[in-house]
Amino acid sequence: MRFYAICVYLFLYIPIGVIALFSFNAGRHASQLQGFSTKWYGKALSNPFVMDALETSLIVAFCSALFASVFGTMAAVALQGIRGPVRVAFDMLIYVAVMIPGIVIGIATLIGLVTVFNQLNPVIAAIWPAGFNPPKLRMGIGSLIAAHTMFLMALVAIIVRARLAGMDRTLNEASSDLYATPLGTFRQVTLPMIFPAILAGFLLSFTFSFDDFIIAFFVAGSETTLPIYVFSSIRRGVTPEINAIGAMVMGVSLLLLISAQLLLKRERRKSR
Amino acid sequence: MTQRARNWLLLAPAGIWFLVMLIIPLTVVFIFSFGERAPSGGVVLALTVEQYANLPARWAAFKNTMTLAPIGTLSALLIAYPLAYFLAVKADPRWKTILLVLVIVPFWTSILIRSYAWIFLLGGRGIPALLEWVGIEGLRLINTPFAVLVGIIYGYLPLMVFPIFVSLDKLDKRLLEASSDLGAKPWKTFLQVTLPLSIPGIATGCMLVFILLMGEYLIPALLGGGKVFFVGNALVDLFLQSRNWAYGSAVAVTLVVVMLIIVTIYMRLISRLGANREDVSIM
Repeated sequence: MRFYAICVYLFLYIPIGVIALFSFNAGRHASQLQGFSTKWYGKALSNPFVMDALETSLIVAFCSALFASVFGTMAAVALQGIRGPVRVAFDMLIYVAVMIPGIVIGIATLIGLVTVFNQLNPVIAAIWPAGFNPPKLRMGIGSLIAAHTMFLMALVAIIVRARLAGMDRTLNEASSDLYATPLGTFRQVTLPMIFPAILAGFLLSFTFSFDDFIIAFFVAGSETTLPIYVFSSIRRGVTPEINAIGAMVMGVSLLLLISAQLLLKRERRKSR
Repeated sequence: MTQRARNWLLLAPAGIWFLVMLIIPLTVVFIFSFGERAPSGGVVLALTVEQYANLPARWAAFKNTMTLAPIGTLSALLIAYPLAYFLAVKADPRWKTILLVLVIVPFWTSILIRSYAWIFLLGGRGIPALLEWVGIEGLRLINTPFAVLVGIIYGYLPLMVFPIFVSLDKLDKRLLEASSDLGAKPWKTFLQVTLPLSIPGIATGCMLVFILLMGEYLIPALLGGGKVFFVGNALVDLFLQSRNWAYGSAVAVTLVVVMLIIVTIYMRLISRLGANREDVSIM
């Protein structure tokens, strides 16, 4: 049994280890080890295409995670005090948003937004003051952030609601009995208690958005995110530079994940 | 401000976002799936089932998805169950959490990079080269259904282990003792006590993995080399290469409908088995 477990762990970690190992390979060929070197990291970090893609990915991940945490938390807090059809509708939307395949979200966002933009662009051009170039709505970083925010918001709402459900309601009542305003109660009682969940939601959202390929593939327009760059490079062939990028992406994800896990665990311990 | 007004205000951003980015786009896909392809590449609105009648043209993609998704789910289950059992029942409690986290962590890192690792391992200079060294020659692994299956298992194993672990971990260990005190052999205890009590976990794990596999694109694209393609690959082709939005919409709607039907039937079956639907969380 123990031997079996060790085998499964090897299966899970050898591929990751191989990527990390080969990213330090000095040789030019991706699959022959020829001494230790960090030159591929240098190469990757000085490649303007990689840096552009990285910048886009970081902006998208940060904005999506921020919007998702704020709106998701707001929805979770509001849904606590709501019954009836509105709640049922939101429960369903949250469920649909996380369950529907990413590829369908990508497609729907692409053709939905392009259709809406095609209707809006002539209208904007018509009402724009003459002599100025009217702005043109198109797919790009904005549509990508909007698409990521949509399903990450649902994810944050689920995480925060789980935390709210485990919260002692009498604390809120005590607070309002002591004449705290609802906002005061929220700021001084509710928020500190759900904050670790919100932060964990933010970190998970950031990783999700940063790693997402399929939605970005449809929605990013002419923008390139890091996963899109890596995907198109892989199609052209395996290079040591990709190993270095892969190792770095893994490293960043691991760091964020460990932080999220620690936060959720500390919170769980507190609630006991 | 009344409590009611406040709640509405708090819900407004999420509601608007869901409306603009989920409800309207999904409705557009649904409407377009009954449309016709415009000569310029867009869609002419119509009310025709022509696109749906054309679905058999992409039959291979549906067939591949509907064979490899269940096989992949089942393989992941068979590999995951013993590990989840080990973690929940046999492992040293001090190490349990860290061992579990080690299983889950890969799932939250880039599936693109993890699939790429297998291009590397299954490619000419990877495992086939090692096999050649021990005398097995001419084995091609990459760009085969086998490679896609390995990628699937590798990608989704953590998602299968976690819910099974949760259901086994909740299981009252005294039941196992009682069973063996009453003279049941270990395998009988497993079949009559442990396995039935872990069905909620198995059900959740299988459903999560199966749903994600139905929409899979990256793994077949990277490890199947264009030979083993899923519905996801057909969709990318239809929307990004041949730009046939009407037909693509019909394929997407069919995918979602097939998924909903399977999940509904599956839920019915499971609830008849007496399981409940908790533990859907993946954290």
